[in-house]
Amino acid sequence: MAKGAELFLRTMIARAYPRVIGASRERSWLFFETVMPLLSTAAYVFFYRAIDAPEDYVGLVVVGGAMTAYWLNVLWSMSSQLYWDKDAGNLALYIAAPGSMMAILLGMAAGGLIMTTTRAAIIILGGWLLFGVEFSLAHWALLIVAFAITMAALYGMGMLFASLFLLYGREAWHMSNLLQEPIYLFSGFYFPVSQLPLWITAAASLIPLTLGLDAIRQLLFPGNPTFGFIGVEIEIAALLVLAVLFIGSSRFALAYMERLAMREGRLTERRR
Amino acid sequence: MSEAARSFRVATWLGWQIESNWADPFLFLIYSIVKPVTSVMILVVMYWVIARTDTSSAYFAYMYLGNTAYIYVGSILVGVSWAIIDDREHYQTLKYIYISPIRIYFYLLGRGMARFLTGSLSVVITMAFGLLALKLSIRLAEVNWLYFAASMVIGLASMAVMGLLLGAATLQMARHYWSVGESVAGALYLLCGAIFPLDSLPAWLRPVGMALPLTYWLESLRRSLLGSDASKGISPSLAHFSDSQLLLILLGSTLIMAFVSIYFFRWSEHRAREKGLIDMTTHY
Repeated sequence: MAKGAELFLRTMIARAYPRVIGASRERSWLFFETVMPLLSTAAYVFFYRAIDAPEDYVGLVVVGGAMTAYWLNVLWSMSSQLYWDKDAGNLALYIAAPGSMMAILLGMAAGGLIMTTTRAAIIILGGWLLFGVEFSLAHWALLIVAFAITMAALYGMGMLFASLFLLYGREAWHMSNLLQEPIYLFSGFYFPVSQLPLWITAAASLIPLTLGLDAIRQLLFPGNPTFGFIGVEIEIAALLVLAVLFIGSSRFALAYMERLAMREGRLTERRR
Repeated sequence: MSEAARSFRVATWLGWQIESNWADPFLFLIYSIVKPVTSVMILVVMYWVIARTDTSSAYFAYMYLGNTAYIYVGSILVGVSWAIIDDREHYQTLKYIYISPIRIYFYLLGRGMARFLTGSLSVVITMAFGLLALKLSIRLAEVNWLYFAASMVIGLASMAVMGLLLGAATLQMARHYWSVGESVAGALYLLCGAIFPLDSLPAWLRPVGMALPLTYWLESLRRSLLGSDASKGISPSLAHFSDSQLLLILLGSTLIMAFVSIYFFRWSEHRAREKGLIDMTTHY
């Protein structure tokens, strides 16, 4: 029987598998998950153009629009997924199986990455082709590092949320719904976060996308000094701290919440 | 007819319960305030970052009203399409609805109605925020309430039938299309001049916007609240329509949409029965 790292990896692949297969079975998602979000991002582009914003803001919106894919994936396909699985009767099976919950959550994330990254890539590509956005790749290595660490911190936070949502009933769905727009606002998805009051930006920096988006924009559009909140190196360091903090605490939180849910008999509860 | 009315009434009540009874009333109120206000604040900040003018300008009112009214579009489109996924895969009750004396078309309209009610709460809060905090330039004494009511009734009917179109499409899809309603609402946000005039769109895209009932609904709504000349300097492509012409076009396009939605829904339902999609669960 598989143990340790092998078991972890196999559990991860097992959970990722249905998502990958699901995506390949019904390919019309390519339209609803890529073309449609591109159009909604375009609405913000035309809004900026209608009020005569500098063209750099078009690029800013395109990058923000692309990153919404990851936020939505974390919220709906990770955090509240355990609530959905609980209602479908899968959660008890996850707990009964020998694999760890961390591996299951990572599998969900990895499986959803195909759709998520396709959506993000189409928005970036659409921004480039339709709106003539010029991205600077002068700092490509740092860009990859910033993106990777942002994702690590973001998905770590997703795992932490999932552990909290383990106890929730229908509130989980509404909590995810509630978190959607406020994070778009406070993390500056469609405007430079540096334009918000300092105390709001500082508080919002606990959400990895705030610093991650800011760092990515600074690297992609180095000509616009108004985009930057703080230096890219500081943002990457802070994101690294957040990644360690979220992933580490999610491990403990998952184990604790799992025990609590067992004790209170909530793993199979279906409150409707 | 009585069965259709009962299906609609019961679905509205059920939808309201699903939307609101997960939390105590206070928490539900907080939820109802935070979501719409932060949503509209995204645009307000975007506007402020660039324009830096005061919020009493005509363009700000144009944008703010369009965005606020659009809450209904999101609520109703998402509400109807999500009801299919929710009932089929989450609660797994769609098959029971089909074997009950319920008219599914009116049942889904009822679920959309429930979203309209929760959406109304958001619209009222957002408007109050605009009037009180952002000093939006609307004089309530000068509002054309009759025109407003006519625009709202026809506009909501058009959203309901669009929701049914989307619901029919959702019937054919797996659960990973949970965001289909939001995606379509997001796309329409671009095309119907919700936050910027259609004239800002490329010329080849403008006819698409002009074919949508939502375009005429938003324009008539703006005129009822801001006056007939509200969009004159902002949206020339709609300015040449008179107030009554706008309503007539809205009514005509809504009737066409209703006709299409009924036939498309019947076709989709038949196909779903044939392919066994009524009780499909997809745990992706």
